Formats: sequence, C-alpha cells, structure tokens
Amino acid sequence: MDSEITLWVDGRRETLSVDTRTTLLDALRERLGVTSPKKGCDHGQCGACTVLLDGRRATSCLTFAVANDESEVVTAEGLAEGDEPHPVQRALLENDGFQCGYCTPGQVCSAVGMLDEVKSGWPSYVTEDLDESVELDEDEIRERMSGNLCRCGAYANIVTAIREAAE
Amino acid sequence: MTGATRATSPGPERIEGHAKVTGTARYAFEHPVADPLYLHPLRATIARGRVTSVDTTAAERVDGVRLVLTHHNAEALVPIGDPELAVLQSDEIAFRGQLIGAVVAETQESAAHAADLVEIRYERMAHDSDFRDDADIVYTPDADASPMLSPDLEEGDVDAALADAAFTVDATYTTPTEHHNPLEPHAVIAAWDDDGLTLHDSNQGSHLVRDLIAPLFGVDKERVSVISPHVGGAFGSKGMPHGHVALTALAARHTAGRPVKYALSRTQMFELVGYRPPTRQRVRLGADREGRLVATEHDSLEQTSRFKQYAEQSASASREMYTSPNRRVTNRLAALDVPAPTWMRAPGEAGGMYALESAMDELAVSAGIDPVELRLRNEPEVAPVSGLPFSSRNLPACLREGAERFGWHERDPRPGVRREGDWLVGTGVAASSFPSLFFPGSLATIRHESGGKYRVEIGAVDIGTGSRTALTQLAAEALEVPVEAVELWLGSTEQPHASLAGGSAGTASWGSTVVEAVRAFRTEHGHDPVSGAETTAGAGKNPDAGEYAMHSYGAQFAEVRVNADTGEVRVPRMLGVFAAGRIVNPRTARSQFLGGMTMGISMALHEHSVVDERFGHVVNHDLAGYHIAGNADVGSVEVDWIDEHDPHVNPVGVKGIGEIGIVGTAAAIGNAAHHATGVRVRDLPLTPEKFLR
Amino acid sequence: MKPFDYQRATDADSAISLVSGDPEARYIGGGTNLVDHMKLGIAEPGKLVDITRLPYDSVESLPDGRVRIGATVRNSDLAAEPVIRQRYPVLAQALLSGASGQLRNLATTGGNLLQRTRCSYFQDVTTPCNKREPGSGCSALEGWNRHHAVLGASERCVATHPSDMAVALAALDADVLVEGPDGQRTVPVTELHRLPGDEPERDTVLRHGELVTAVELPSLPFASRSRYRKVRDRASFAFALVSVAAAVELVEGTITDVRIALGGLAHKPWRATEAERVLRGAPATEETFRAAADAELAAARTLRDNEFKVPMTRNTLASVLRELTRQEGS
Repeated sequence: MDSEITLWVDGRRETLSVDTRTTLLDALRERLGVTSPKKGCDHGQCGACTVLLDGRRATSCLTFAVANDESEVVTAEGLAEGDEPHPVQRALLENDGFQCGYCTPGQVCSAVGMLDEVKSGWPSYVTEDLDESVELDEDEIRERMSGNLCRCGAYANIVTAIREAAE
Repeated sequence: MTGATRATSPGPERIEGHAKVTGTARYAFEHPVADPLYLHPLRATIARGRVTSVDTTAAERVDGVRLVLTHHNAEALVPIGDPELAVLQSDEIAFRGQLIGAVVAETQESAAHAADLVEIRYERMAHDSDFRDDADIVYTPDADASPMLSPDLEEGDVDAALADAAFTVDATYTTPTEHHNPLEPHAVIAAWDDDGLTLHDSNQGSHLVRDLIAPLFGVDKERVSVISPHVGGAFGSKGMPHGHVALTALAARHTAGRPVKYALSRTQMFELVGYRPPTRQRVRLGADREGRLVATEHDSLEQTSRFKQYAEQSASASREMYTSPNRRVTNRLAALDVPAPTWMRAPGEAGGMYALESAMDELAVSAGIDPVELRLRNEPEVAPVSGLPFSSRNLPACLREGAERFGWHERDPRPGVRREGDWLVGTGVAASSFPSLFFPGSLATIRHESGGKYRVEIGAVDIGTGSRTALTQLAAEALEVPVEAVELWLGSTEQPHASLAGGSAGTASWGSTVVEAVRAFRTEHGHDPVSGAETTAGAGKNPDAGEYAMHSYGAQFAEVRVNADTGEVRVPRMLGVFAAGRIVNPRTARSQFLGGMTMGISMALHEHSVVDERFGHVVNHDLAGYHIAGNADVGSVEVDWIDEHDPHVNPVGVKGIGEIGIVGTAAAIGNAAHHATGVRVRDLPLTPEKFLR
Repeated sequence: MKPFDYQRATDADSAISLVSGDPEARYIGGGTNLVDHMKLGIAEPGKLVDITRLPYDSVESLPDGRVRIGATVRNSDLAAEPVIRQRYPVLAQALLSGASGQLRNLATTGGNLLQRTRCSYFQDVTTPCNKREPGSGCSALEGWNRHHAVLGASERCVATHPSDMAVALAALDADVLVEGPDGQRTVPVTELHRLPGDEPERDTVLRHGELVTAVELPSLPFASRSRYRKVRDRASFAFALVSVAAAVELVEGTITDVRIALGGLAHKPWRATEAERVLRGAPATEETFRAAADAELAAARTLRDNEFKVPMTRNTLASVLRELTRQEGS
C-alpha cells in the first residue's frame, strides 16, 4: 500500500510515494539515492543508519518512512558544507577515527546529536550526580556513543576526535 | 589518560577520508544502477536432508515479483571445486541456512514478502552439529589442506622432558565460534549484458572474485568486471566470494539485463559468509629451574564443515615462538553438518596464541618468574624447527619497551590482592606474532599524465586498512614526487591484476609491486618522461624467501578490573608495542594496530556464536545477541612500535600490520583477569559468570 | 513483511475505535520494537495506527504529589526531565541504561512498557516458541537459556521481560492508565505484565484495543534516594543479565521502608516483596541484605545456562543496598 509523503533531506524538499513497509532508511537509500546513512543491521543494533531526525539522533531503520511525513532529515552528507567538513568530521579525519568508513556517517550524526544533548544538560547512565550539570569526559563520551558499533575498532580515536570537536 | 597516543609525525590523512566522513563513498550496494531488481534468498530451515517440494504459487502472485529461482529452474553452473559457489545445483541440504532459492522483485519489500510465501518441504536427515572430541568426527587434515604447514610436528621426546621438568603446565583452553561481522554486510549488484557480467561487490580482491565467478558461468575472465572501490570491513569474510555472489549472478541471468541487488541481512551473515571455528587446545609446557622451556606441546582440535573443508591450524602458533628442545604440535579437525568456516583476522594465530600465551602466564606463576622475564629467557637465536635466521626479531625490545611504558616493574605478582572500591585490579602481558607474507603475481601500471602528474593503477582493494593512502605514499616516494602528484586507482578489475587483501600482506605485496613498477617505468622512460608514457610491471621473486624466518612481533599489556560483586570485566587500559618492519603511514598504521587490539578486547570479553546443536545454527544471530565491543568497552589503548629496518622481507621493508594487533590481546586480558582475581578462566569469552563467587 | 494500512490518529477515541474494531490492527509509537518484529515476521499487523501525535507527550506534576507521564513521552526526554532526575533517580537511571541514545530518542513510555521478550527463539520464526506460536513448544527450556527466567517461569515459557524502565516503575509502585472501548481503567504496573503460565502468548493483561495513555508515579518521597543497577555483558548497549531497582528509607541505621524490583529474572519486572519484608524494620547490615536476597531467591529455579543469575542477583542486590544505605547514612 502506497502513501505520499514529503521529507526534507539535507535541506532539499522531497515528495515521494512510498510503500508503507518502507523504512525511512530504505526510502533515503533506495528511493532518494541518499546513501550516507548506512544499513549495518536493519534492527537498531549497530547505529550505522543514525540520522538527525527533526534535530535529534535517531536510527532510521526502525521507523517507517510513512510515519515521518513532513520530517526533517539531516545526514552526515548534509552536515558538511560542500568541501568543508563539520567540526566533528574534521576531528575524525585528523584523528583517523575510522577505517572502513561504513559506520562513520552514523558516528558523525550520533556525535553531533549527542553534543546537543549534552548542551541541553541531558544526563547519561554514567553521570554520577543527576542533579548536576554534565561534564563531558571520556567515560561520558564512551557511554553516549555506545549505540554506534565500529568493527574496525576505532573507538579510542573516535573518543579523542569528539573530545576535540566539543572544545 | 587520553585514547590512542599520537605519533609525532602522523603521516597523511586518509585520501578517501572526506568521502567516508560524509558518507558519500560508495559501497557495493550503493552504486547507482538503472532500473534495479531486488533479491531475497530462500534458505534451508533444516540442517541436513533434501528439498522435496517447492510451491511458489503464492509468491509469484505478489505484486512486483519477477522471478522465483530454485534448483528446479536454475541453470547448471560449471563445477569449479567450491561447494559454496555451486548454489541451487541440487536438492541437497548440507547445513541450516543454506541458500536454496531466491525471489527477485521490483522492491525489497515485495521480494521479502514473497519469499515468506514460498512453501518448501523437506526430507530431514539426522545431523551432527555438536563440536566435541569424538573419534567419529575427528580426523587429521591432509598436509595439503594448508599450503604452508603440515598439521603435525614432533621433535625430541616431549613426554620424557615433561617428566623431568622442574615446572609444568598442562591446561586445556577453549575458544568459541566467532563471526567477523564487518559493519557493511556482504552485498552485490549483478548485471549481465552483451559484454558479459558486471559485479559491484564487497570483497577483499576483485580479481579473485572474477577468477572464480567467470569459470563458474563458463565465460572468459575478460567478460567479467568486478568493481569494489570501497569495502566496509571484511576481516577475512570477504576473502573468497561466497554463495550469494553466485546466486545473484545466477538470478541476473533471468532479468533481461536488469541489475539484481542483494545485500545479506545481518542474520544471514551468521550462516553464509564463514566464521572462525571453535577450538579446543591442550597445551603442555615444561621448564627447568630458570624457566627455560624443555618441552612444548600444543594439540588443537578445530571445527570444520562436512560440506567444505577448512583447516585452521591453531597449534602451529607454538612451532616458532619460543625455544624448546622437545616439541610436539598436532592439529585435528572435527567435521560437522555446519556452514563452512573461513579465515578470520589472524586465523590460527588469534586462537593459538591465546592458548600458548595463557599457558606461558600459568608457567610464570607456577615458576615464580615474572612473565615478561620468562618470555625473554625463552627467546630463540634462530627460528625453531626450520633453523633459519630471523629476518629481524624484536620481541625482546617490544617486551622491554612495553614493560617500561606500562609501569610493569611496580607490579606485585600476587594474584587477587588489589582492590579499588568494588573492583579487583590486575595487569597482564602476552606476546604477539604473525608471519610476514608476500603474495606474488600483482601488477601495477605507472603512467605519466602530464606536468609531473602520475596515474598509478593496481587492482588492489582498500577494505579500511589504508592501502589507498599507503600505496599512494609509496608510489610518490619511488617516483620522487609529492603525494599530491600521484593519483592512485584501485578497487576494480579495470586495473592490473592484484592479489587479495589478506594475510596482512597487502602493503608488502602491492607496495613492492608499485615500487618495482616505478623502477621499470624509470628504466623504460627515464626521469623526464613524455605525457602518456606508461609501464606495467610487477615485483619479482624475493631472493631471501626461504632463507629467513619472517614475522612481525609485539607485546601487549592490559589492565583489567573485575567487579567483586557481579563479575563484570573491564579493560580500562591497554598498551601494545610492535615490531613490524617499516611503518609507511603512522596515522593509518596506528589504526590498524588499535583496531586489531580492539577486536582482541572484543574476542576476550564478548564474542561467542552460540550453536544450538538441535537445530544446527547460531541462535544469537544478530548484533544484539552476538556482542562485539562497543565504545564503552574500550578504554585507553596506547599503540607504539619499535623502529625496525628489515632488508630481507620485501623491497619496501614492510612486515604487515593488519592482524598482529589481535594476536595476544585475549591472553593479555585473561592473564590480567587472573592477576586481578586469582581465577584462571581458560574458556573464552570472559563473561561475568565465570568470575562470580 | 506483509502489506499493511497506515493511519495516523488525531485523537484517542478514533485511535481506539480504529484498533478495537480490527483484530489485525495495532498501535504504533516509536516503533523500535514493533518495526523490528514486523521485519522478523513475528508481528504481521494489517493496519498500523500511529499514536505519536496524540496529546500524551508531557510530564506533569500533579497537586497531590503524583507525577503523570504521558504515554508518548520519549525515553530520552523522560530521563532528562528534572522532576524525574530529582525525585525518582531510579527511573532516570533505568531509562538511561536501556538501548542507545538514538533509540531512546524514538522509544516511548508506553512502547517501552509493552516491548516483548528478546528470547532468541521467540525472535526466530524458524524455531518453535509457545509465545509466538502457542503449542509449538519452548525451544529455550532445553536450549540456550543463559538470558532466561529463574523466577515465575512455566514449562511453557522461560522468557524474561527486557525493559529496564518497567523494573524501576515496578519498584516505584507506578500505575498504568489505560483507555479502551469500554472506558478507562488503572492497572498497577506490577499487575500489567503476566507470568507465562499456560498462556505465554499473552504478555500483559491488556485487551485488544486498549491504549496506554499515561503512567503515574506515587509521591514516594524516599525515592529521591534510589538507584538502578544493571549488570550486562557489555558495558553499555546490552540487555540486562540481572538488574536491581531499589529505593530505601533509612532512619538511624534501620530500614524503615524499601522498594525493590528485579529485572532479567522473570517474564515480568519482579517486585521483590519477600526481600522487602525481610528488610523492613531491619538494621542496614550486610547480613540483612544477604538474608533479604536469599528470601527472594528461595523460589528460584535455574536452567542449564542461567544458574549464575542467582548469585549474581544476590550480590548485586546487596551491593545496591549497601550503596543506598551508605548514601543515606552519610
């Protein structure tokens, strides 16, 4: 069963007719050719499909496109200004925070969303005092970025990169 | 302490870095193709038997379905000796999850839905998927099962030496089935046209894929193109093409030129693309009063598949590591009705060195000798068994440098006596080793474009290792031009033939090829070549091959914390110091070591594919059930290396760094966990219940 | 996945009539569990009614001291809510221990409560499972059951409930507000989830068409000293092996009131009433903590792979109580 929806993707308005079964991730990748968000597991268990959905990081594989009519999607491609990478991307390049690159766009969106969450004062499971404001140390970054698996094992560099980008 | 340490001269950033951080680098499934169709496989739900009937009526009625393919309507493939590639050639089922058909449709959604509607009936036969030491299933692999080593080795009299030894260890270690799980699932787009077959494929060597798929379909190699500019991790699972490539190409025979796309689901990856087989290893060590080994015995039993033999040889880790006058090494296989195992990062070494280096720690404890010192006392002058000189061997330097940097000398050797809050704290060490391999047969083309710009082509692949960057550097260095003046092309059969990315041999093999091709280019065209001047050449045979024993070495140090109440294990700190010949690009090389060590942490703490022998399949077949280390599981990981100039290994002096990082990590962590708790766990992974008291 | 119709509900009444009138219809919130199940073939709804735009997206402090949490409040928003962080830290911690940041941004309060077991056999349509297909048998009973129940299980099903949030809510004596075709009702969260018994296919007492609209927390002043401790295989982003939600009221070294619920042990969040009974009025000593744990775990029945859950729970409960009573005493 098809349904017409409108999505804002990296600033572009896209109107398309989707099968209700199509996830947001598949709509982006297979219908709109936006392949920056990756399919690593298709079940919310790896984080490679993470995008900023209406400003917040979200796994795009576990939400149907049809449920996101009129939503705004920003991918790692949209975070860069042409040749100029976003500061998180710049820091990942400098710190070699990736190898194969397949988890990377999800790591980027997740990190950008995560830094906003910290700015809003959101605690994490490792935040000692829930009443206090959050200080973004390495344990906080590790915990908050644990929804993004990296099989190449670049975590140590990813943490350093995010720490630098946050400064 | 911050994450990974940074080299003073970091080397260029990854050439394809911008494309990767923005997600614009195209992986196999992402290549824009006109009018694609989507494939969803049909897979066996029994472990052994045969398909007796297939009813495709309901599936064919689904809107958008273009083809239901089974062994009834699949064309005959040419037998090329690889059972994995011989898909849909009969009704036989050799393992659960085997490919037995496919639905091809206009959308992924329709294909998946229609596949659910295909009704398959089976004749079940008894199966055996229970890995165990039982004469019914255990055999000795042929000597030619592994091209490099015979399965067994016997020197001296191990039993007599053990009987006389001052200190002995006799311990059995077990390692589980592990799955590679690269983040990019195996994926392929196949399209046939008048010129032949084009595959956009995720692999570790496009030429190898072509060389196997072309004869399978009975076509000339020149009529098959394989394009793989970016590969989202592989770790051995993309080394050989698996059944899905054949299946997709087979389906695309029926679609009148329309491309067929297929990406495996994560769950399918637990059955169709190989795994590290489980092992059961007995290690017996005997030492004299000073801790010098007088006997080394290592017997390994590993799983293989009745469907397709894969002979891993974990016990071979003990052939050349330490000096020992008496030595026995045996490798046995247990054949079961399971999918075929394959190479996984440091195949043999990862599991074998876990056993040997854990046993060395046990020996150190029983002899009351510091484990770093124990290893230094057993350092061979020439390679054991072969008697060859080492091309270079800097394990002692790695151990000493690592011990210094880690603060090893302040260590109290007593186990189970340090506690910080709820956590028991310990440290451990293990040595690493991996052979330095060189794969012959690669070619590179060097072409002077104009104005000092060069185009270098080699059909290598960058699976995340940084080969695109390292080869560009090596080409620029040999050409004596800036890195920016070299444009490197790889990742496709459009480029000259190259060996596969494996065995940590990529930079050694391809780098030597590029350097030798530049020499040939200069010989032919001089230092002021005309525009369009071009030479294709490869590297010759290494005159030192067979004259020296060639390995990388390393020493790994781990701090481990074990929760006194819950048994949870944490690794807040690791240090790896390696000696691996020339390091071409410190920035990307560090990531290779770091990545190997991180996968080693994952192996030590988490990885375990649980087989339910009643069904014959892995039950925790997704990333929520099969844990790989997440960000919070990895603390500070420091990586460094010893400057090492090795004139013998190959023309670029590179020893290989892709796999050694995972070798020894699990032992270092297990040894540290023992130091923390006094509990010796000999069964990976180190899950909390094993430390509960 | 079979084709389905999708409708976005604009008000509760129409949502309820859309679902209750159609046995194949289901509500969908954040989707993190239902979409997963549809992909796995476990759930095959013919119609989805999207409730995320219903007006249940706020957290209100009520005049009587209770706190009402709307059913569509996202897990991440709830965990960040100041009133939750200050008055019910156990709930904030439980939420933050669940899933990952990007999933918590999607997952809703109602959906989290109603998520289904992560039993591998339940999630695999090629293996028998009484919960998925009544009467087909339980594969876990004699299979891989490391993550399975040690309390309240039956011969038909040994699955555990995966939610962290629900464990904290069980400890807090929260109520679930439900609206259905026959009107509203309130179900204590401890009675929302069922034990498997002979009907493991039924996770909860909800009837088809009933919609969770809110969760209410009682005032419970001593819950400001509460804690959620989750033991798992990975340091983060993993389901609980065992978990403990606890709140303690301590007066001069004596436990005067206490709430405990356990996760990872049963088909439902396990309210540890036996442990509470031992603790209430007792001195806050290691001996009491162990006695309380033993009392609760006396009924435990372990399987091939999950024996460890008994000592792990005992130790974790003692550890949490130690910490909470140390905190309160200082």
